[in-house]
Amino acid sequence: MSVSDSEKEKSVKSSALSFQEPSQVDKEKRQFLVVATAAVGAAGAATAAIPFVGSMLPSERAKAAGAPVEVDVSDIAPGQIKTAEWRGQPVWIIKRTDEMTAELPKHNDQLSDPMCEVTSQQPAYCQNADRSIKPNIGVVVGICTHLGCSPTAKLEQGGDMGAGWTGGFYCPCHGSKFDLAGRVFKGSPAPTNLVVPPHSYIDENTLIIGVEAEMEA
Amino acid sequence: MADNKQKPSEVIANVVGWVDRRFPLTSTMKAHLTEYYAPKNFNFWYFFGSLAMLVLVMQILTGIFLTMHYKPSAAEAFASVEYIMRDVFGGNIIRYMHSTGASMFFVVVYLHMFRGIIYGSYRTPRELIWLFGVGIFLALMGEAFFGYLLPWGQMSYWGAQVITSLFGTVPFIGPDLMEWLRGDFLTADATLNRFFAFHVIALPLVLLGLVMVHLVALHEVGSNNPDGVEIKASKDKKTGIPLDGIPFHPYYTVKDIVGVVVFLMVFAAIVFFAPEMGGYFLEHNNFIPADPLKTPEHIAPVWYFTPYYSILRAVPPVLNSQFPGVAAMGLSVVVFAFLPWLDKSPVKSIRYRGSLYKRWLVAFVVSFFVLGYLGTEPSNVWGQFGAWAGGADRATVVARIFTAIYFLFFLLMPWYTARDKTKPVPERVTY
Amino acid sequence: MKKLLVIIALLPIIAFANTAAVTESAPIDPSNQASLQRGARTFINSCLNCHSANYMRYNRLVDIGLTEKEIKENLLFAGDKVGDPMRIAMDPQDAKKWFGVTPPDLSVEVRARGVDWLYAYMRGFYKDETTPSGWNNIVFDKVAMPHVFYQQQGEQILNHETHELELVKPGRLNPAEYDAFVADLTNYMAFMAEPAKAQRKSLGIWVLLFLGVLLVLTKKVKAAYWKDIK
Repeated sequence: MSVSDSEKEKSVKSSALSFQEPSQVDKEKRQFLVVATAAVGAAGAATAAIPFVGSMLPSERAKAAGAPVEVDVSDIAPGQIKTAEWRGQPVWIIKRTDEMTAELPKHNDQLSDPMCEVTSQQPAYCQNADRSIKPNIGVVVGICTHLGCSPTAKLEQGGDMGAGWTGGFYCPCHGSKFDLAGRVFKGSPAPTNLVVPPHSYIDENTLIIGVEAEMEA
Repeated sequence: MADNKQKPSEVIANVVGWVDRRFPLTSTMKAHLTEYYAPKNFNFWYFFGSLAMLVLVMQILTGIFLTMHYKPSAAEAFASVEYIMRDVFGGNIIRYMHSTGASMFFVVVYLHMFRGIIYGSYRTPRELIWLFGVGIFLALMGEAFFGYLLPWGQMSYWGAQVITSLFGTVPFIGPDLMEWLRGDFLTADATLNRFFAFHVIALPLVLLGLVMVHLVALHEVGSNNPDGVEIKASKDKKTGIPLDGIPFHPYYTVKDIVGVVVFLMVFAAIVFFAPEMGGYFLEHNNFIPADPLKTPEHIAPVWYFTPYYSILRAVPPVLNSQFPGVAAMGLSVVVFAFLPWLDKSPVKSIRYRGSLYKRWLVAFVVSFFVLGYLGTEPSNVWGQFGAWAGGADRATVVARIFTAIYFLFFLLMPWYTARDKTKPVPERVTY
Repeated sequence: MKKLLVIIALLPIIAFANTAAVTESAPIDPSNQASLQRGARTFINSCLNCHSANYMRYNRLVDIGLTEKEIKENLLFAGDKVGDPMRIAMDPQDAKKWFGVTPPDLSVEVRARGVDWLYAYMRGFYKDETTPSGWNNIVFDKVAMPHVFYQQQGEQILNHETHELELVKPGRLNPAEYDAFVADLTNYMAFMAEPAKAQRKSLGIWVLLFLGVLLVLTKKVKAAYWKDIK
């Protein structure tokens, strides 16, 4: 590393500051370049954020665990209930007897939302009188829409629920009551009907929870 | 809102004014950026300080996102890393950024330290900057060591086992100290759990604090430069601005950003095309889950620790104790802290030093690399000498020679720097 | 100073050059989906009886050109879901009793051993009556694993003079076919060790191109500002 004499001389001589005020033209040119570079850089930073933001989405493991669940409905006796697990939630499959299904429209006047008008609570193909694809098989997520407790099945009429009880579900936490299609009774703390998850039938006896029907409804 | 509309620039000025009356925003910006005058003659070597900051930020950022998915338990750690690599969206990129970042942190810091050495940046009045820097280096080594256990592969496990065993060689309290560090009788779940705590919170806090004081000290005395000339010695009479100084912002911010982009290109090339770096950044054996019953045939630390590991192995046991080797290894790192007081040269920069110093420096750099290489290999890598040398491992003998050179570079520095024929230093920087 | 820089620049190359030599490199092509699919079939039918691949989900095989339906119909064990990892039913404790060691999980085996080693290993079994299984391996002495593909490869013995393997009893496949069979398996296991590798590399090209553009711009900005410096 040698320093040529002329260079040394120059540096010794100069007694002005090392930087000077840029001309107006230079200033404008710079501003343009800075804005262009910053825009490209910002686009790059935004793109670089994708893996970071995306890493907080449900992972492949969560997706696999939340994958559709197949349930055999042939072994549920009429008037009985079966619980399946889907995405960590209990899903009830209620096989109603014909009498139970027939009873459903009769107490519409006691319900908050008998016509299932809150559309977030069931898929469109279940917005019907019995909230189901097959009239006698109800599928609902067993989590109370009030504060997330799991209601208890009280399928029989009457019993400890009193004489007027037509069969349904009772939430032990705050006393919300639902009928056998998961519709909430008036006067319950729960604001809406129980959720009907997306579901369909692969064949006569196999219900799949988590997959919309490929449109026959 | 009155009827006379404010221009956007006036709104900004008002907001800044409001903040300035409550917080030293503008004055801090001035003191550290727009009116911090840095020598105009920075060269290539001066990129690595800002790059080290960049890597620190990237490590913290990627680390935060890894922590969201990683499980610090012996039963789950290995699987959770593979979970990140496969099941988490973008997880492989984040993990490779973090593992590459660990190695690149050392690349950048070693180059930054080397810059300090060749231009005498540790000399008066910058001793404290240097000492804080050595502290950063030590914290970084701890950070890397604790982090390396987390994947819970064979190399993680046995590396931690060997290094914690070193504490067992400390006279008298060694075995108890070792157990206390591990929290078990060998490296185990408890060790992993506490290393995780050190890695993700304790040492990052220390690092950030040290980086802050490193910068505060730097901005107090001003940056050195490749000529080792104090720019504050020649100031403009009217403004008091150093004649060879230029405002850090915008001139060095725009220059450092170019360095950042070049660095990111190298970084991206590794992350996307060679994240294992041939087994040097991610060791092959670390893809085998930790097995306390089976030591891999050949264990070596990650490349950035190998010079010190070589020194550890090179020093023979004394009275059946490995402690001298351990002490030598510790000293080989800490000895950097003494540089400001070992260097007796009248000049700072290598540009004006004589050939004696340059030869010693070359010898030091060569020994650093040779020791670094030997540390990655088993000690019989070059076979043995014949019976005339007692059948000693060739590599061990070579490591001993270079260990001696490594330490002599420091120990003899007062002598050879004082004796060296230096060249005259110009009054002003060369640009 | 210049000399010093040259030395510093060269040293890593010298230091990094000496890596262990592998006799033959595995003839695999990660972009050959037919080979990967054949390898996947072999892996699932043979290896997955004793070895698990717990980190590999079946539906990841979509990346080598299979559809979820094909995976479900041809490769899944009854009762498994397409999103499940490649687990095995065998109890690790039983395995240890039978083989002396627990067969390792193979998800990332290639990353530990390398493709060349695996290719040599699967071709390197020979008869050896001194071992419990009756088999030994030229790259893994006294390996506990028996030769799973002896019907395909036939039987080899080790010639102790030349230290080379000799085929003494041909198998169902001729040597070239067997090599291709093993190459497919190796290819698949390399894919399985890091399924996102190909995607990572193609992404990398875009990242570098982008940074190249950014480099040009930032250099222009730098030059524009440094006009001020005398």
